[in-house]
Amino acid sequence: MSTASRLGMTAASLLALLLVWQGAALWAASPLLPSPAAVLAAMQRAAEGGALQRNIAITLARVAAAFFIAMAIGSALGIALGRSPRLNELFGPWVIVLLNLPALVVIILCYVWFGLTEAAAITAVSINKIPNVAVTMREGAAALSRDLDEMARVYRFGRWRTLRHVTLPQLVPFFTASARSGLALTWKIVLVVELLGRSNGVGFELQTAFQMFDVATVLAYALAFTVVVQIIEMGLLQPWERWANGWRR
Amino acid sequence: MSAITLDIAEKRYPARTGTPAREIFRDFRLDVAAGEFLVLLGSSGLGKTTLLNIAAGLDDTYRGAVRFGTANPRIAYAFQNPRLLPWRTVLENVALPLGEGMAARTSARRMLEEVGLAELASAYPERLSLGQQRRAALARAFAIEPDVLLMDEPFVSLDQPAAERLRELLRRLLARRPASVMFVTHDPREAVALASRIVLLEGSPATVARDVKVTLGLRERASPALADAFLIRMGIIPRTEPATPRG
Ligand SMILES: Nc1ncnc2c1ncn2[C@@H]1O[C@H](COP(=O)(O)OP(=O)(O)OP(=O)(O)O)[C@@H](O)[C@H]1O
Ligand SMILES: [Mg+2]
Repeated sequence: MSTASRLGMTAASLLALLLVWQGAALWAASPLLPSPAAVLAAMQRAAEGGALQRNIAITLARVAAAFFIAMAIGSALGIALGRSPRLNELFGPWVIVLLNLPALVVIILCYVWFGLTEAAAITAVSINKIPNVAVTMREGAAALSRDLDEMARVYRFGRWRTLRHVTLPQLVPFFTASARSGLALTWKIVLVVELLGRSNGVGFELQTAFQMFDVATVLAYALAFTVVVQIIEMGLLQPWERWANGWRR
Repeated sequence: MSAITLDIAEKRYPARTGTPAREIFRDFRLDVAAGEFLVLLGSSGLGKTTLLNIAAGLDDTYRGAVRFGTANPRIAYAFQNPRLLPWRTVLENVALPLGEGMAARTSARRMLEEVGLAELASAYPERLSLGQQRRAALARAFAIEPDVLLMDEPFVSLDQPAAERLRELLRRLLARRPASVMFVTHDPREAVALASRIVLLEGSPATVARDVKVTLGLRERASPALADAFLIRMGIIPRTEPATPRG
């Protein structure tokens, strides 16, 4: 399928969703299921004072901070575990425990221990994501090619050239995979963190709207934020992935 | 003085799940003279790759020593698979052993011209045919101007004409940049085509069963009948069956 026709299909599918939504709203005829037009109006209202933009920016900043911290620590941890069976025996189980700890528990503990602070919020999100990144990167680091490593040794690449030209390129697919799933996970958890212990951001606004049963505003924020995340996915992550995979047949 | 002296008191692989412990070499000694083209023949699983890996310094889990005629020799290794970095262009693959500067790229480009790959310099290896990848691997090996050249069945799974073209290329490259070569193959005719000395390995642990100088002219080397006659005369292949040509 060509890119154009694929885009066409996506647009048609979204349009169908919109129609179903509109139909359901007409049938329910209740403010608890607002029509697309009502949601758009709510979005405009929120955007007029700049609240929508400001809150989305604040949330994105938290997502970005937590995302980069988690990617950095998770990658380092995963590579270390993947390279050293001894370390993996020692700390592998810790990663499994962290992986299975509910996000909510981590968030509550962070707020209890470090107070209702920005640092606690970002730490909580990072800790939720680190084990996922670590597990993916560990898999990549354990699967590094021995053949290429031997080649680099014979031809005396040295540490730096080996890292840059031999090791890291093999980890790119794993890095992208964890970045991708990581972004999705991070922004969902950031909303919860904001809802529980912050006084701004999309999560906080959602809670306020929820308390007033203002479903139109809830949907307005959710939609706006989803669109922003999609744009980041398509505008940043996918081009980077294409660039990194340019050598593939 | 020898260019390479392999002195292996003992090389064994420990038992693993599924494979019993195996002793590959015991009191094994092999000297390679400077400028010699030594071809190692021997059946599969004998330890030829193991020997090259020991010579290359990739395997140090053995008792014994490897000595070189020159201190700190430059070693190039053409592996059975080309082992090019798929995410780097052909040019970068050839240049990387030389460093990362412009000078490295310039000599890599010259090397690619010599092996006839100039047009493919900016292609990624996976877009190349196997023969072309083998050429790139040869270019990489010769780019560092090696003192010692190790080759592990570098022309296997090519058709005969392609393999012959690569052997021709190898002869030409060596004429310009002499090196001491250890070349592993299964194909006795390939051995005759290239070698100045053929060593046939046998048994477990492996020992040298035949060690013959090859002083044939180019015409005799190129003719399968004459090559077979030589191989039979030297006891490298048995009299009754003809050497099996390899595809
Ligand atoms: N890492 C290893 N661990 C255990 N056994 C090994 C290992 N590498 C090789 N061997 C065994 O050692 C023996 C020699 O292996 P090697 O690869 O050197 O043989 P070879 O002569 O190169 O064979 P071929 O001609 O098939 O390439 C084989 O029986 C092989 O199974
Ligand atoms: Mg082998």
